[in-house]
Amino acid sequence: MSAVADAHAADHHDHGPAKGIGRWLFTTNHKDIGTMYLVFSFAMFLAGGAMAMIIRAELFQPGLQMVEPAFFNQMTTMHGLVMIFGAVMPAFVGLANWMIPLMVGAPDMALPRMNNWSFWLLVTGSLILMSTLFMDGGAPNFGWTAYAPLSTTYGPDSTTFFIFSVHILGISSIMGAINVIATIINMRAPGMTLMKMPMFVWTWLITAFLLIAVLPVLAGAVTMLLMDIHFGTAFFDAAGGGDPVLYQHIFWFFGHPEVYILILPAFGIISQIIPTFSRKPLFGYTSMVYATAAIAILSFLVWSHHMFTVGLPLPGELFFMYATMIIAVPTGVKIFNWITTMFRGSISFETPMLFAIGFVVLFTVGGLSGVMLAIAPADFQYHDTYFVVAHFHYVLIPGAIYGIFASVYYWLPKWSGRMYSEALGKAHFWLSFIGLNIAFFPMHFLGLAGMPRRYADYPIQFANFNQVSTIGAFLFGASQLLLVFIVYKAVKSGPKADAKPWDGAEGLEWTVPSPAPYHTFEQPPRVD
Amino acid sequence: MSVQALRAGALATAVTAPSSALAGWGVNLPEGVTSISNTIYDIHMWVFWICVAIGVGVFLAILWSVLAYRHSKGAKPAHFHENTTVELIWTVIPFLILIMMAIPATGTLVDMYDTSDAEMEIKVTGYQWRWQYEYMDEDISFFSSADTPRDAERNLIKKTEDYKYSVDNPLVLPVDTKIRFLITSNDVIHSWWVPEFGWKQDAIPGFINKNWAKIEEPGTYYGLCAELCGQGHSDMPIEVKAVPKDDYREWVAEQTGEDG
Repeated sequence: MSAVADAHAADHHDHGPAKGIGRWLFTTNHKDIGTMYLVFSFAMFLAGGAMAMIIRAELFQPGLQMVEPAFFNQMTTMHGLVMIFGAVMPAFVGLANWMIPLMVGAPDMALPRMNNWSFWLLVTGSLILMSTLFMDGGAPNFGWTAYAPLSTTYGPDSTTFFIFSVHILGISSIMGAINVIATIINMRAPGMTLMKMPMFVWTWLITAFLLIAVLPVLAGAVTMLLMDIHFGTAFFDAAGGGDPVLYQHIFWFFGHPEVYILILPAFGIISQIIPTFSRKPLFGYTSMVYATAAIAILSFLVWSHHMFTVGLPLPGELFFMYATMIIAVPTGVKIFNWITTMFRGSISFETPMLFAIGFVVLFTVGGLSGVMLAIAPADFQYHDTYFVVAHFHYVLIPGAIYGIFASVYYWLPKWSGRMYSEALGKAHFWLSFIGLNIAFFPMHFLGLAGMPRRYADYPIQFANFNQVSTIGAFLFGASQLLLVFIVYKAVKSGPKADAKPWDGAEGLEWTVPSPAPYHTFEQPPRVD
Repeated sequence: MSVQALRAGALATAVTAPSSALAGWGVNLPEGVTSISNTIYDIHMWVFWICVAIGVGVFLAILWSVLAYRHSKGAKPAHFHENTTVELIWTVIPFLILIMMAIPATGTLVDMYDTSDAEMEIKVTGYQWRWQYEYMDEDISFFSSADTPRDAERNLIKKTEDYKYSVDNPLVLPVDTKIRFLITSNDVIHSWWVPEFGWKQDAIPGFINKNWAKIEEPGTYYGLCAELCGQGHSDMPIEVKAVPKDDYREWVAEQTGEDG
C-alpha cells in the first residue's frame, strides 16, 4: 500500500504554486488561502481601527467638533461589524487554514475548493458592507446589534445591503467551519487521538460547531428584518402585532455564542504559546478541553443577560443571572491552568510570550468586570454604559486581538522562514499594552459615573476621562502600524529561521522546514 | 451576609467615591436617593471588592511565576502537568464565591420587581427625541425636551454645568412617595435612566415596562437616554425635580389650574 502511495506521490513531484495572479485567485492550497485570510483581515483591522479613531477624535471634547451624530452612529456600527466579521473571525480562519493541517499532520484542508470559495465570499461580503459607506443616506447607523425597529422602519436604505452582506459573510464562515470540522475529524495523522490534539485544534473544533449552530440563527434574524422592510411583514413591528424584543432574543441567541467564537481560538493559541516559553507541558490539558466545551455549551443559555433591562419577568432575570455567573467557573479554570503552567517553569519573554502573558492579565480584568455585569440588579445601572464598552474591549482586544498577534509572532518563522526583530516586537507589545490600558481603563469610570454608550456628545462631567481615553486610543492605534513594518521587514530581510525556532516548542508543525514547503505531510507522520 | 457587612464595604470606598454627581473625575456609581439605589450600590461594591481580591491574587501569582522562574536566571522547568485535587479546589471555591454574590443579588432583584402598592403612577413615553410624562392620577401631561443651546454644541458659547442635561419641562415628583413608572415608546426603543434612582428601563413600542422609585431626598436629578435611538440619542436627557409633598401638591394645583 505504501509503495503504491510512494509511486503515486513521485508522479506529482513538481507541484509548486501557479504563476501570477492566478495563484491567488484559483488557489486551493491551505497555506496560500491562510495567507490571504490573514492579510485581508489585517487590512480590515486597519479600516475598523480608522473608524475607531474617528469615534475617539469626536469624543476628545464635549460638543460636536469632527463629525455629525448621524455619521458618528455609522462609525460605531461599522467599527463593530468590520472588527467582528472582517477582522477577528477571518484572522482566526486564516490561522486555522495555515496551522490545523500542519498541526494534525494533514496535507491540506479536507475541502480545498470550498476553502477558496469561502475566502472569496468573505471579500465579496466585506466589500458590500464597506460600500454602504458611500450610499445615499449613509451606512447602517443602528449599532452592530441592529435592533428593530430602528433598523427596519427607521433604518437607512443601505440596510438591505447590510443584510445581504451578513448573509454572504455568514455563508463564508459556515463553509470555513465545515472545512475545519471535516479536516479535524477525518485527516488527523495516524496515532493522533482526539485527546492528543493540540489545544488550538481542540478550541477551533468547538468554535466551528458554535459557528454552524448560530450563524443560521443570525441569518434568520436579519432575513426577518429584510421581510419587515420590504415585504410588509411585522415580525418586529408592534403596530402590526409583532414584537421588537423577539429580535433581541434571536439576535443574542446568536450574539452570545458569537462572543465565544471570537475568544475560544485565542484560548487555544495561548495554550500553545505559554507551555512553549515556560518549557513545561500545559497544566491540566484534559480540564482545558472540558472547560472549553463547558463554556461553549453554557454560551447557549445566557443570551438574555444582554437584555436585563427590557422587562424580562423575574424568573427569567434570575435564570440568566445564575447561568451567566456559572460561566466564570470554567473560565477561571483556564486562567488558573495557564498560571500553573508558568509556575515552576523556565520562562523566557519573547514577543509571543509577552502577548500571551498580557492576554492572561488583561483578560482577567475583562472577566472580572463580566462577573460584575452578570449581577442583574447592578446591571440595571451598568447596562448600555461605557462600563460595558470597557468590559468587552478588555475581553476582545487582549483576548482575540492579542491572541492573533501572539500567533503571528509565534508562527511567522514557520510561514516565512524568517525571524522578526525581537526588539521591535517587544516595542509593539509594550506600546499596545500601555495604549490599551490608557484607552479603555478610564471607560470603566465613565460608565459607572453615568455615561451611556453610543453618544456623539456628552455632559462636561465626562470630559476628563474621555480626553485621557482618546490619547490612549491613538497610541494603541498608531502602534499597530508598527506591526506592518515588523512583518514586512521580517519577510523581506529577516534572519533565516530554523525548522523549530523556539527551543520549548512541541508539535508536528515544527517538524517541517521553515518556511513550510508548499506541500507538507503528503505522507502522514506517525504520532505516538 | 448582613447589610452591615455590605455597608462596611461601601464605607471603605467612601474616600474614592465622588462627592458630587457632577465631579469631573467621577469614578463610581452614585449611591443614589432611593433605598433600591442604595442597595444596588452596596451590592456593586461588595462584588467589586471580591473581584479586586481575586484579581490581586491572580496578578500576584503571575508576578511570582514570571519573576521566580526565569529562563535567563537558569531556572530548570518542573514536569508536573496534572493534579486532580488542585483542579477540584479551584472549581469549587469560585462556585462558592459566586453563591455569596448571588444571594444578595436575588433579594434585591425581588425588591426591584415589587411595583405593588404604589401611591402614584407616571407614564413615560419615549419619542425621537424627547420624553412625554403623563401623571396618571392627575390631569397633567407634557413633553420634556432638551434645551441645551445649539451654539454650545457647536462650541460657539461656553458650556454650562448642565450642558446636555437640562430640559425645558422637568419631571416634578414628590419625595417619600412610592411612584410606579410605566415606560413605553412611540417609535424606536429608548431607555429611561436616572442613575440616582438605581435603574434604567427600556422604553419599547408595544410594551409597557414597570419599575418604581421612592425618592428620599429633595433635589434635581439628571439622567440620559440609554438605548441607541437614532441621531438624537444624546439629545433626550431627563431632569427630575424631587420636591417635598406639600410643594408637589402646590405644583399640581398650579398645573391643573392653568389647564382648567
